[in-house]
Parts: sequence; structure tokens; C-alpha cells
Amino acid sequence: MSSMRKGRASARKNGLFRLGMVLLVTAASILLLGLAACSAQATPRPQPLSLTVYSGRGEELVGPAFQQFQQATGIEVKVRYGSTSELATTLLEEGKNSPADVYWAQDAGALGALSKAGRLIELPEDILGLVDSKFRSHRADWVGITGRARVMIYNTQKLKEADLPDDIWGFTDAKWKGRIGWAPTNGSFQAFVTALRVLEGEARARQWLNGIQANQPKTYPSNYSIVIAVGRGEVDTGFVNHYYLFRALKEEGEAFPARNYYPRAGDAGALINVAGVGVLDSSKNREVAFRFVRFLLSEVVQSFFAGDRPDDAFEYPLVPGVATHPLLTPLDQIKTPNIDLADLSDLEGTLKLLRETGVLP
Amino acid sequence: MAIARSKVGFLKGKLWGRGASAPRPPALLWLAAGAVAATMLLPLAYMVVRTLGAGSEIWDLILRPRTAAILGRTILLVVAVTAACIALALPLAWLTVRSDIPGRRLWAILTALPLVIPSFVGGYVVVAALGPRGLLQQLLAPLGVERLPEIYGFPGAFLTITLLTYPYVMFTVRGALWRLDPALEETARSLGIGARGTFFRVTLPHLRPAIAAGGLLAALYTLHDFGAVSLLRYETFTWAIYIQYETAARSLAAGLSLLLAALALLILLVEVGTRGRGRYYRGGGSPRPPSIVPLGRWRWPALAFCGLVVALALALPLSVLGYWLARGIAAGEPFRLMWGAAVNSLYVSGLAAMVTVAAALPVTFLAVRFLGRVSALLERSTYLGFALPGIVVALALVFFAVNYARPLYQTLGLLIFAYVVLFLPAAGGSIRSALLQINPSLEEAARSLGRRPLRVLTGVTLPLVRSGLLAGGALVFLTTMKELPATLLLSPTGFKTLATSIWGSVSEAFFARAATPALLLVLASSLGMAIFIFQERRQER
Repeated sequence: MSSMRKGRASARKNGLFRLGMVLLVTAASILLLGLAACSAQATPRPQPLSLTVYSGRGEELVGPAFQQFQQATGIEVKVRYGSTSELATTLLEEGKNSPADVYWAQDAGALGALSKAGRLIELPEDILGLVDSKFRSHRADWVGITGRARVMIYNTQKLKEADLPDDIWGFTDAKWKGRIGWAPTNGSFQAFVTALRVLEGEARARQWLNGIQANQPKTYPSNYSIVIAVGRGEVDTGFVNHYYLFRALKEEGEAFPARNYYPRAGDAGALINVAGVGVLDSSKNREVAFRFVRFLLSEVVQSFFAGDRPDDAFEYPLVPGVATHPLLTPLDQIKTPNIDLADLSDLEGTLKLLRETGVLP
Repeated sequence: MAIARSKVGFLKGKLWGRGASAPRPPALLWLAAGAVAATMLLPLAYMVVRTLGAGSEIWDLILRPRTAAILGRTILLVVAVTAACIALALPLAWLTVRSDIPGRRLWAILTALPLVIPSFVGGYVVVAALGPRGLLQQLLAPLGVERLPEIYGFPGAFLTITLLTYPYVMFTVRGALWRLDPALEETARSLGIGARGTFFRVTLPHLRPAIAAGGLLAALYTLHDFGAVSLLRYETFTWAIYIQYETAARSLAAGLSLLLAALALLILLVEVGTRGRGRYYRGGGSPRPPSIVPLGRWRWPALAFCGLVVALALALPLSVLGYWLARGIAAGEPFRLMWGAAVNSLYVSGLAAMVTVAAALPVTFLAVRFLGRVSALLERSTYLGFALPGIVVALALVFFAVNYARPLYQTLGLLIFAYVVLFLPAAGGSIRSALLQINPSLEEAARSLGRRPLRVLTGVTLPLVRSGLLAGGALVFLTTMKELPATLLLSPTGFKTLATSIWGSVSEAFFARAATPALLLVLASSLGMAIFIFQERRQER
């Protein structure tokens, strides 16, 4: 009797052992199957030249440039799209093991962060020479591809351009209370605040932020939502990049009641920032990476970004001699602040200020 | 409850109870469950490593009064959304399982679909439809409506997240209603308790684990949501964490994430507190499908209720998307169907659903059948990934894979692994409530008749919890369809899904182009849902 019970108990134990085993094996084999499926996919064909790009710019905007490069050179381009800042953080986490050759960022600040971490390598002279020194790193490790201007968007039913103040300080006047929209979490806005700190000093920047906050600005998640909000009259004016207006005009029609204003005084509010690229220290085919950067600065690609195509991009080409879109105020007619974009890399200082003034949580 | 208890009370302490005769769980079950739970250490370890790398500024950040305000706002949103989700999901689940409402299965599919709408799309839709000078106001303008109540802030975030998350509760409760022994209600009625009393004293108490499991998912989802709160400008913890990442301040982000994890722990403790000591399985007799309750004259209010929920949570987003699409086509946008991305979405979501269910099974089985402190801890720990913002989990896996498992980095395998870490509780919750409703004596009877435990599992337990496995798989499937941060960072380079396509267009403010993949996402998911409902129906026969 007792031996029978023992036998049953051990059978039970044995069986339970198998049960656990099977569960484990099932889970493991499904995982392995997935791995096998993808490693089969990931195995490269006999090593053709290829390039891996982390793009903080969306596929809708820059996808065609990659295709053109692939067609022109036969080099396969693998692109990982993501947000500029999340990709920068990813590159920092990846370190020397990063699979990326090139990082294409929405703004100079994110490139500055990688440059500061020593992750970008020096670019050859011939590349740097293509672009005005205003639009590249003085450490020679990244270069601007296209430019964008900071502007004030204003509702044309409520305001005329003449009603808008010459400089950004005018908006601290109490008459703008509740009429301004801004996007403090947006990279372009933060670059503008960094420029303000660089140009006018920490104390003045703080004073300006406090002044605007006293006017109870409405906070938006992005430039585009400010443009739409101004068009709808939620706010009268807002701090944005120049090109969102043209996209809104396209989606909402010419009657969309908002226009751009380039602050006349040429202060930080009229900053020209760039989207740019850098080559990573982890890159194993640097020559291909440089070739890609040269391609982006070629006349074909530059005029492509300037809007010479069906879905106009309305960006500013940075290589001299490439025509600007007729709807845009040309770069040389905008009074811009005199600033080294590399100085915009002190994002942390800006964030600290934005947190201290309570603009950011 | 009293009836339920007395009916099954004689089983207490026998066989699978905590008595001396209780079998100890086999080492391998422990091992499997332990391995699954250990994956949750990855995000935790990453957060600790990064937080330690932060300077004193982390304390400045955490100790600001503003942090307390964010904490308060987050808790308010979590509590409100969870309560509203339960209030919506309970009647919907009952109507689509137990009533003779016309088009029962269609309603079941339609009311589940809002789950696949990515929250950043939901946020844009709510702003476009209900925001100042939005579509609704334009519609009402001829009637002289100048402005609508403010949508930004709490109301908008609450509305958006509730409409996107109530299906979590609906799924778990539907499963529980399927498995409920009709004999319980019949006994109550035969003892002279009215229909209403039966519902509140018998049915509802038996649904408690399912409501708790679903409510927990809704609460933790609210905790990690970023899209809706950022678009509707309601500052929660997750928003604050994303803002740190916006500026590559990964140490500060990790520090805040640890705080968020602590908050999640608090929520988990609250949920444990709601668990009673009751038994939820049937006493005996062969299982029968739930009885159908004729609605009679309540049919019209019931239809109106289902219609209203579907109109707000599904028809509204679809019509805004359709409006964007039509406007885009009118403006000359090319109409592109992204079948490749759709296939990728279905493929990874299907795979993620299967692997996650397989991974959730040992943990949940251990926690339900071998109740103890350690097994409970293992199960609870799997909720961490679901409570954290996706970007934190994704970066943790970037960090570990790139340094310690380089060949796996940016492969489908790692992506699926990430989905498992993120969505394990979505499967576990359903499986848990299903296991609780199975009388262990059935398993024990099979075993005493000589069946090997494995055969017991495959022949008795799994068929009985099939609806739980299905519901869990479906939840993971639908949630994976819209997953973004991990997909962007961890998928093989160049791998596109519908969610990343939508994001790609929306982030560059091309709304018209986002509409096609978004509509395709809903379509593909409804196919998945139809299969699920069909399976549920097979079980009914």
C-alpha cells in the first residue's frame, strides 16, 4: 500500500517535472523560432556595401533622398526612423557597439550632445567647405543639410504684421496676455531658448521666460499644433518654425488665416537652425558615410529639400547657389542673430532653466 | 457570494489546498516562472544603473513641489480612468455575453476595437473633433454655439484614455462570464432571490477577480500612456519622463521612472487588497454555456448604450481619419495602401500574442495553483513592464542587448522579447481569472485516474482555460498592433509596421497620409478580433 502511494507520488513528481520542462521548452522554442526567422532575414548577402542611418527626420521628408542615393550608387541604405532625441539617447546607450554609420538629426542641439560625448568623427575638408561656417560644427564633426527659420505665426484676422513687436521682448508686454502659444517640449523651441541664453545671458533669458509666463501662454505639444491653433484662433500668435505654415496652407487651403512673421530685430527669435548629419565613431565604413554626406549636399538633393518636387518641403538649402522656394523669404533677406550653432549644444543648461522657471515639469 | 462559498466550501483545504497533502510545485515550473519574472529585472536594473549615474540634480528634480503635483495628477487620472473603464466595460461585457441583444457578436467585435487605436492618434482625434473650433464646434456653429467646454487638461486626457482602455476590462470580464457556472444563479433564483439580487450577490462577486485583473491593466496603461496626455496637455509622470528624454537627460528620466515603478507597486498592492479569499470555480457537474437573458423592453436602452460607446470610441476616430483621408485625396495626396507594413504588424503581433501567452502561463499557473508569497511575488513582478513607459523598457533592452547579447540586437527575436516584457500582464490577467474559475478537483481527478500531469495540463487544464488563453492572446495581439517605442528602437533596421507608419506621418504633421495606415490598422485588427470571437463561439457549442 505504502509503496503504491510512493510510486504514485514519484510518478506525480516525475510528471510535474515534465510539465515544467515542456512549458520551458515551448517558451524557449517559440523564442528560438522567432530568432531563427529573423537571423535568416538579417544575414547579409555576400557583403555588398551598405550604410546604416539613424534618422530623426521622418520618412515622409527624407525617404526619397535615401532612395536616390541607393539608385545613384548601388549602396544599400538601411534606415532606422525615430524621434531625434530618442535616437540620440539610443546612440548614447549603444556606444561603441552601435550599428549606425550616420545620424541625421532634426536640430543642431542633438548633434551637439553626441559631439560632446565624443561619438562623432571629424568630417573631411571638402564636405565642410560646402556649407557656410554658420551652419556647421566648429569642431568639424557635423554639418547642416537644410535650414529652418524661427518665426512668429500670427492669425491674420486678429493681427496685422505691423501689430507684432520688433523683438521677442515685445511679447512680454501685458497686452499679449493669453494670446501666445508655445511648445516648450519641442526641440526647436529649446534651441531658441539656448540661443537666447548665449546671446543675452542667463539672467536675461530667465527674465524673458518669466515675462512670457506672466502672460499665461498656452502650451502645445508641437509646432504644427500651434500653427493649427493660431489658424483656429485659439491663440493669436505663437513661436514656431517657418515651414509648418506652408503645410497647413496645403492641407487647409489658402484661406487658412495665419502667416509667418520674421522678428525684425534679428534676435534669438529669428534664429536659423539646421537639420544636420554626423558620422559616428562606431562606423565601420566611414568612406561610404562621407560619400552619403556629400550626396546630401549635392545640388540635386539640396533643391529637392528646397521644394522642387510635388510635396514641397519648404526648407532652406544650405549650399550657396541653390535656389530657395519662391514662397519663402530668402535667407539673405532675414535679419538673423550672429551665433555659433555649436553653442546650442548646452541643452542641459536650457532645461535646467526651463525647469527652474517652471516652464517644463 | 454566500451561496457560491457554501456550494464549493466542502472542497476547501482538500487536494490543492494549503494542507500537508498539497504537492510542491516542480522545480522546473519554478524555473520557468522564475525565468519569465527575471526578465523584469532588466528594466529595473537599467533604471537603477542610470539613476546612480545622475548627479545631485536628480534630487532637485524629485524633491520639487511640482513632482508632488504631478504625482497627484497622475493618481487622479489613474483612479478616474479605472473607475470609468469598469463602469463602461461591465455592462458591455454582460450585454455581449449574457443578453439577447441584437447583433451580439458584432457588438463584441466593435466594442473591443478601440483598443487598437494608438493613443497619439486618439489624442489628435479628440482635439480635432472636440477641441476649440474642432469638427463638433463647426457642426454646432450654425446653432450659435461659440465655444465648447475646455477639452485640454483632465477632461480630454480622461475621455481619451478611458475610451481606448475600457476593452482591457471588457475582455477579462467577458471571459469570466463565459466560464461562470449557470447553476450558481439558478440556485440563487430557486432560493427566491430576485434577478437583481442574484446579479449583485452572486454574479458580481464571482466577477471580482476578472474586474480586478482588467482594472489593473487599465490603471497601469493609464500610468504609462504618453500620446494622449501630451496631446491633451495633462501633465503626468510619464509625460515628465518623456520630457527628460527629449533632452537626452537619460539619468533624470530613469530616476523619475523609478518613482513611477514605486507608484505601480502601490497600485498592485491596492489590487491585492481587493482580492478576497473566496473560491471562484464551479462545484461540480458538467460545464454549460451561460444562459441567455432576454432583455425585453430593455433592449432599446441597451442598444443605445452600446451604440453610444461605439460611436464615441470607434466611429468618431474613424470618421476623423476618414475626413483627413478624403481631404488629403482631394488635395491630390496619393492613396497608398501599405500591405507590407500591415503584414509585418499582423506577423509580429500574432507571434507576440503566442509567445506572451506561453510565457504568462507558468507564472500564472504557479501563482494560482501554488499560492504562496514567492509565487505571488513572481506574478506581481511581471506587471512592471506594463506599468513603465515603453521608451524606458525599450532603452533598457537596447542597453542590455547591445552590451551583452550583440547578435540579438535589432532582430525580430529581441523585438518579440520586448513585447513579452511589455505586455505579459495583458495575457496573465485573463489566464489568472480563467484558472481561478477552474475547480482544481477536476485536475486532481484526472491525475488520480492515472493521467500524467502533462496530459492533465493539455487534456484538462488548457481546454478549460481556453477562453482565458484566447482573451489574453487577443489583448496582447491588439496592444502589440499599436506599440511604438520598442518597435522603433528594437525592430530590425528598416522594419515597418502600421503603427510606425502612422507615427512617421503624424510626427511630420502629414495627417492625410497617416489616415490610410490608421484605417488599415483598425481593419487588420478587426480581422484578428473576428477570429477570436469565432473561436469563442466554437467553445460555446
